[in-house]
Amino acid sequence: MTGGERRDLATGLAFISPWIIGFLAFCAYPVASSVWFSFCDYSVLSPAVPIGAQNYIDLANDEVFWTALWNTLFFSAVAIPLGILVALALAILLNFDIPGRGVFRTIFFLPSLVPMVCLAVLWQWLLNGEVGLLNNVLNVPLEALNALLGTSLAAPNWLADARYAKWGLVFTVVWGVGNAVVIFLAGLQDVPRHLYESAEIDGAGFWQKTLHITLPVLSPVIYFNLVMGLIGSFQVFAVPYVMTGGGDGPERSLLFLATYLYQNAFDFWNMGYACAIGVILFLLILACTLVLRSLSERHVHYAGK
Amino acid sequence: MSRKPFVSLWVRGLALATLCALVAGVQAAPDPRAGRVVVKYWEKWNGFEADAMRAVVDDFNQSQNRIWVDYSSVSQIDRRLMLAIAGGVPPDIAGVWGLSIPVYSENNALTPLDKLAAEKGIGPDRYIPVFWDTCRHEGHLWGLPSTPTTLALVYNKKMFREAGLDPERPPRSIAELEAFNEKLLRRSPDGGIEAIGFLPEEPGWWNGLWGYWWGGEMLRDGKVNVGSPEIRSAYEWVQSYPERFGVRELLAFRDGFGNYASPQNPFFNGRVAMVLQGVWIHNFIQNYAPPDFEWGVAPFPSFDPARHPDVTLADCDMLVIPAGAKHPREAFEFIAYVNSPGPMEKLCLGQLKFSPLATSSPEFLARHPHPHLRAFSDLAWSPNARRYPVTSTWTAYQSEMRNAVSRIWSGNADAGTALATVEQRQQKNLDRAAARWTRMAPVLKKLWKDTSP
Repeated sequence: MTGGERRDLATGLAFISPWIIGFLAFCAYPVASSVWFSFCDYSVLSPAVPIGAQNYIDLANDEVFWTALWNTLFFSAVAIPLGILVALALAILLNFDIPGRGVFRTIFFLPSLVPMVCLAVLWQWLLNGEVGLLNNVLNVPLEALNALLGTSLAAPNWLADARYAKWGLVFTVVWGVGNAVVIFLAGLQDVPRHLYESAEIDGAGFWQKTLHITLPVLSPVIYFNLVMGLIGSFQVFAVPYVMTGGGDGPERSLLFLATYLYQNAFDFWNMGYACAIGVILFLLILACTLVLRSLSERHVHYAGK
Repeated sequence: MSRKPFVSLWVRGLALATLCALVAGVQAAPDPRAGRVVVKYWEKWNGFEADAMRAVVDDFNQSQNRIWVDYSSVSQIDRRLMLAIAGGVPPDIAGVWGLSIPVYSENNALTPLDKLAAEKGIGPDRYIPVFWDTCRHEGHLWGLPSTPTTLALVYNKKMFREAGLDPERPPRSIAELEAFNEKLLRRSPDGGIEAIGFLPEEPGWWNGLWGYWWGGEMLRDGKVNVGSPEIRSAYEWVQSYPERFGVRELLAFRDGFGNYASPQNPFFNGRVAMVLQGVWIHNFIQNYAPPDFEWGVAPFPSFDPARHPDVTLADCDMLVIPAGAKHPREAFEFIAYVNSPGPMEKLCLGQLKFSPLATSSPEFLARHPHPHLRAFSDLAWSPNARRYPVTSTWTAYQSEMRNAVSRIWSGNADAGTALATVEQRQQKNLDRAAARWTRMAPVLKKLWKDTSP
């Protein structure tokens, strides 16, 4: 390396040093110490005592951890595809050239501006089993059915019943897909018009165009939303935490990995155990992202390639 | 005048006015803290409870010129305190819950106060015994009380009258409570519940402790004791609710309840006639219940009142000095001040509570607006005044008990099964905490002996 190159390197490093320092202090160091503490008995205030893999062994035998893991996986498996489908469908609809398009776009984007805590409180009331708006709507057809068939169907007590609580949460989260819609809309602007035109000349209809042109061209955007959705839903915390009043829902139906981590760290004084949960969450997200990446090579089309 | 000079004039005028105000402000108010030791005090209260303490702090700051207490209301105090202590920047005084003393002290989060209290002549004779006990753990004194509470049966006299019950004769045993419950029950034509006498789940804040009213203990000889016949019987009683009233009906009934601090609180709007509540209920009734709300207070009925009369949970808020506090001696000056009769009564009057001190002045009792103060304060003296289970794992234990009740309540587990899960999980937790404590105790006990101020 010549003197000039070394100087350039130093200047370059100096310019990016705010980021490097920030990354080392607020990202790399906490991650590394979490990994270390996950092998310790550590209550934050007393010194950490290394205990080998005991936290991980305890986790493997901890039913509550498995409940939290199952809840997280279930929620992700339902909320991510549903969120993407809804967002994509809305984006395609909002891309039609109709009068008042801007107004509709704004309306669908607005919910994503609602702060998470407000979102949770709002849906707590919408999903209320007795006085909630959702059940008031659902009860009309259900009562008609009951009158007709002599059944006794009733809308569930969404958040008070362990069987439905996670579905209630899915509705809440899907309501806030505005961000994804905007990203999809931007992607849709990039679909070359001439592809549609040539498809139309070949006699393709709306579905064929969507399936063979829109979706392949959009695939990098779908992939991006998928990864973001994955990370978001594995870390789901604020909305269920507020909805359950800081708890974990009926029969722990709204206990997610992030909630259990938080409980152990700050309520039960088991920071070492919480760090082990954090490490597992990290590995889980990493693994899923890697799987998605390998799939993306076959199914995602980049225009440049 | 054109627009531009006008705007510029306006901006300059505003700047000048701000400057004048600043200069005047600086000149008019010399820093009251100058030359004093500033003691930082974090408290969890807000609203009128915070105001009551603020008045006491102001009195203290005016009463002398050596110490200045800097008082602030802090939300989520448990977590912030833990992180502040870990980070080495704790406040000098913190207001915590009595039930936190075991977990804080065993984790070396507090300064022992034995010597400081002895210097000031503060000892057990000053307090109602149960509150003094709450301040102590592992042979040391960790805090002094601020305001106390006990739990009692609070009932709606109007609903009693309408159901043909004597409003001056509350239930004295669980069997009577259930007999009253049947009389107070009102169902709608479609079988739904419109009003009920009592629901263990409303508000359900002490769902982990129903065993106390059966004479049970949550811990015995370092073991989780939920398998005992008393605790089991208590949760069979909880289980009888979904069985008698229907899971779906109860869920629907409870879903119609509003927030605790609102006129839609089911106790205030006549949907639940009896609740287990603390001395603070008076304030909420004043603020949220209808003006003609008539209420009574009695000891919460126990299963066998002959053997276990006047059972209550007694707890108090606690003033502690976190470990690593910069000014422990000055902090204790303030804590001792709050724990002298005058300031303590001012605080408890302001918060509409009784005093944790063994004697209350006649003026305090005469001036106190709480119509049922004696009912709550008498319970604190009861031999059956119980404390939260003394263990550093109580938060986890409690969360497990809540989950057990949730399972029982939904009909998914019977009391025995749900309690067996609690026992299995919490015993493991307790053992882990015990192992940690065995490791830490010799180090900490020496540290406390050598370094206590």
